[in-house]
Amino acid sequence: MQKKMMYSFPDDVLEHVFSFIQSDKDRNAVSAVCKLWYEIERWCRRKVFIGNCYAVSPRVVIKRFPEVRSIELKGKPHFADFNLVPDGWGGYVLPWIVEMAGAYPCLEEIRLKRMVVTDESLELIAKSFKNFKVLVLFSCEGFSTDGLAAIAAGCKNLRELDLRESEVDDLSGHWLTHFPETCTSLVSLNISCLGSDEVSFSALERLVGRCPNLKSLRLNRAVTLDKIANILRRAPQLVDFGTGNYASELPPDVLLNLAGAFSSCKELKSLSGFWDVVPAYLPALYSVCSRLTSLNLSYATIQNPEIIKLVSRCPSLQRLLVLDYIEDSGLEALASSCKDLQELRVFPSDPFGGEPHVSLTEQGLVTVSLGCPKLQSILYFCHRMTNAALVTIAQSCPNLTRFRLCIIEPKTADYLTLEPLDVGFGAIVEHCKDLRRLSLSGLLTDRVFEYIGTYAKKLEMLSVAFAGDSDLGLHHVLFGCESLRKLEIRDCPFGDKALLANAAKLETMRSLWMSSCTVSFGACKLLGQKMPRLNVEVIDETEPPDSRPESCPVEKFYIYRSVSGPRFDKPPFVWTMDEEGKIMH
Amino acid sequence: MQGGVVNGGSESGSMSTVLREDNMVVSSEDSSCPDEYELELGLGLSLGGGGSKMHQVSKCGQYARILTAQDFPPSSPSPSSSSSSSSFSLTRANITAGTKRTADSVAAANGSSQVVGWPPIRAYRMNSLVNQAKASVTEGFNLSMENRKEETLMVENSTTGSYHNSGNTKLGKFLFVKVNMDGIPIGRKVDLNAHESYEKLAKTLEEMFLETTPSVNSAGSMALQRDMKNKMARPSKLLNGSSDFVLAYEDKEGDWMLVGDVPWEMFSSSVKRLRIMRKSEATGLAPTSQERNQRQRRKAI
Repeated sequence: MQKKMMYSFPDDVLEHVFSFIQSDKDRNAVSAVCKLWYEIERWCRRKVFIGNCYAVSPRVVIKRFPEVRSIELKGKPHFADFNLVPDGWGGYVLPWIVEMAGAYPCLEEIRLKRMVVTDESLELIAKSFKNFKVLVLFSCEGFSTDGLAAIAAGCKNLRELDLRESEVDDLSGHWLTHFPETCTSLVSLNISCLGSDEVSFSALERLVGRCPNLKSLRLNRAVTLDKIANILRRAPQLVDFGTGNYASELPPDVLLNLAGAFSSCKELKSLSGFWDVVPAYLPALYSVCSRLTSLNLSYATIQNPEIIKLVSRCPSLQRLLVLDYIEDSGLEALASSCKDLQELRVFPSDPFGGEPHVSLTEQGLVTVSLGCPKLQSILYFCHRMTNAALVTIAQSCPNLTRFRLCIIEPKTADYLTLEPLDVGFGAIVEHCKDLRRLSLSGLLTDRVFEYIGTYAKKLEMLSVAFAGDSDLGLHHVLFGCESLRKLEIRDCPFGDKALLANAAKLETMRSLWMSSCTVSFGACKLLGQKMPRLNVEVIDETEPPDSRPESCPVEKFYIYRSVSGPRFDKPPFVWTMDEEGKIMH
Repeated sequence: MQGGVVNGGSESGSMSTVLREDNMVVSSEDSSCPDEYELELGLGLSLGGGGSKMHQVSKCGQYARILTAQDFPPSSPSPSSSSSSSSFSLTRANITAGTKRTADSVAAANGSSQVVGWPPIRAYRMNSLVNQAKASVTEGFNLSMENRKEETLMVENSTTGSYHNSGNTKLGKFLFVKVNMDGIPIGRKVDLNAHESYEKLAKTLEEMFLETTPSVNSAGSMALQRDMKNKMARPSKLLNGSSDFVLAYEDKEGDWMLVGDVPWEMFSSSVKRLRIMRKSEATGLAPTSQERNQRQRRKAI
């Protein structure tokens, strides 16, 4: 009786119901209910997220989801950010664009992270997708402003162009002139990464002026302070603004004009940029401070008391990125002024200095944690830490979802007790039950991994460096962390045993990166042999790994699950361990 | 940089109990599995693979040198007239891994324990920090970074109030520039600060680009891979004959010049990127000093 009723829903009713289900996880669950639901769901899925572009081939995606409008792809492993992945490793988006050009004429959105994008890809996008709206290139490389010109000229309904932190061959600022006069659709433009001195400023001004829906604008360093007032006056509806250069010799009336321009932006909630800041010009911002929810001063080399003066005026602040010039005293001011703080990132102004030259210690972070219980996300670079501090932080901020601590000198112990920091990080995972991302540092034994394996049940991403004593550490993590998706390890004494014993775990994860550990080539070969659904890629820039004995450790390897088998765009220094125990090249 | 000390010593009895209870995924009774890969985490053992990492001397012992400006007499603008065909074939003294070498060289050069990729700060952020320091020098602001730097900042390289993306990443102790070689689609990055001289730089580049790797079992490899490998192998064969490669660089003003003419420090502060180009294409490239003179003359007009 009941079954009959269920199947009596017409397909389009089901489809309508499914249209309210946006999250990928839920969509995947829906598609697993029965064949009918699988079919209906796949025809109406509009958004696809692929966390590893090599986990599946574009053809397979297109075959299953024929009506996609929005795609997000990620390429290189995270450690590529820190120069650990050699150039030419891969992550090319062109094959995807080529396939989608034919299959998804209605594609509207492409979001890429850590991928290699060429001008050819950009030109193909501009040509192939008539209703293209959103292009986000996060930390990508391989393209120039010529490719951007093609996008500007070709995408008539472009809403978002966001190049955050990408490496662009900036040939000239003239690409901005390729936006036709008829383009009025821009909502978001982020060109902060562009390096050249030339920005076609008049083109930029005109573009900003004719896009009434422009909400987010992040300029690059070439735009000087005197130009900002004009831009702001043309776009008083801005919600998010990234300044260019914040240093100049401004006559007093221009400064007043700037302050006026800022205050005319009644919706402004987020500020960033601030390269080369001259502190005297910061008061121009004061009128917007009370509304600010996000402030990125992490490129601003201002010190106290300027930082304190600014931060104290921002009671609504939810997100702060700042350099360690803020010092413990500034963090104290933050803790007392910004009770709604959810995210804090403190970067080092002098990462290679050795001796700390600013007074930023574990105390600053403790103070913030005590004063801002809503904290969810912390990234903190410092020179010293104690278990006691970590325990306090853990107990004060039980809502933490992301905790990344970088004690700059590897293997630094608790500076008061000289013990490892196992107990401190253990407290973090024990108290912060929703922790999804964790980065470790300092002196750590296998104990910390036991804590992590025991408590961190929601942990999805773990970054480990210079930690642990033995394979037991790795085993605790692989065995205990049920939600683990991404694991990246460098310079740890982890070898074959834990890896081989937990081989099946690797199929439940997106990827594993290990470098400068003691996993042998033989173990990699064995994994490749036994686990056909994993791609085991050894990275060796000197010579093929099989020219050495099998017991030799490999320098770097990257293992990821894939339904599409080994990839074919590998550079010469990457070897895949295949099912026959051979190494593929 | 290898990881910490491998614990080959004793492990407590309770630990081994835990380990044995684990769900062994890969069957240990598989007959094709060699003995040395015991899949059971048993009693505390010295872990496999702890042996010394062996760097075998590469099978190819000879390869040619990349020519630099010093090979060309300063009077002649055309490199092809030089008789540098005599400069060939050096045997390699020691072999180290590309990226490892960078880390080792930096460590050796600075006597510090700096490693590649630590602390984990993205290159984008590093660029910004460093370039700000340069600009700020001309503005006259006092930053801690400039106190720390030993090398003199070339003031004429940054202009007041504006931002020059030099294209290279000066990370205090690192100075990465891109290197491309004609015919090879994949570029590489090399740390100039890890090489204090042209000779060392040329050596590294030769290792990176001209070294032939012993041929691997290519069963299953695709045409693309074969093609790329052939391209890597081809130059060294050509170099044994008559064809040469030269090393050129693009400076901050966008001009391409032969490497090797000016003092190393001047070169490393003005270089934006490198290119290993075919000698035949290098005609018209002048050594740095000559190019400078020409530029001065142009400016004077």
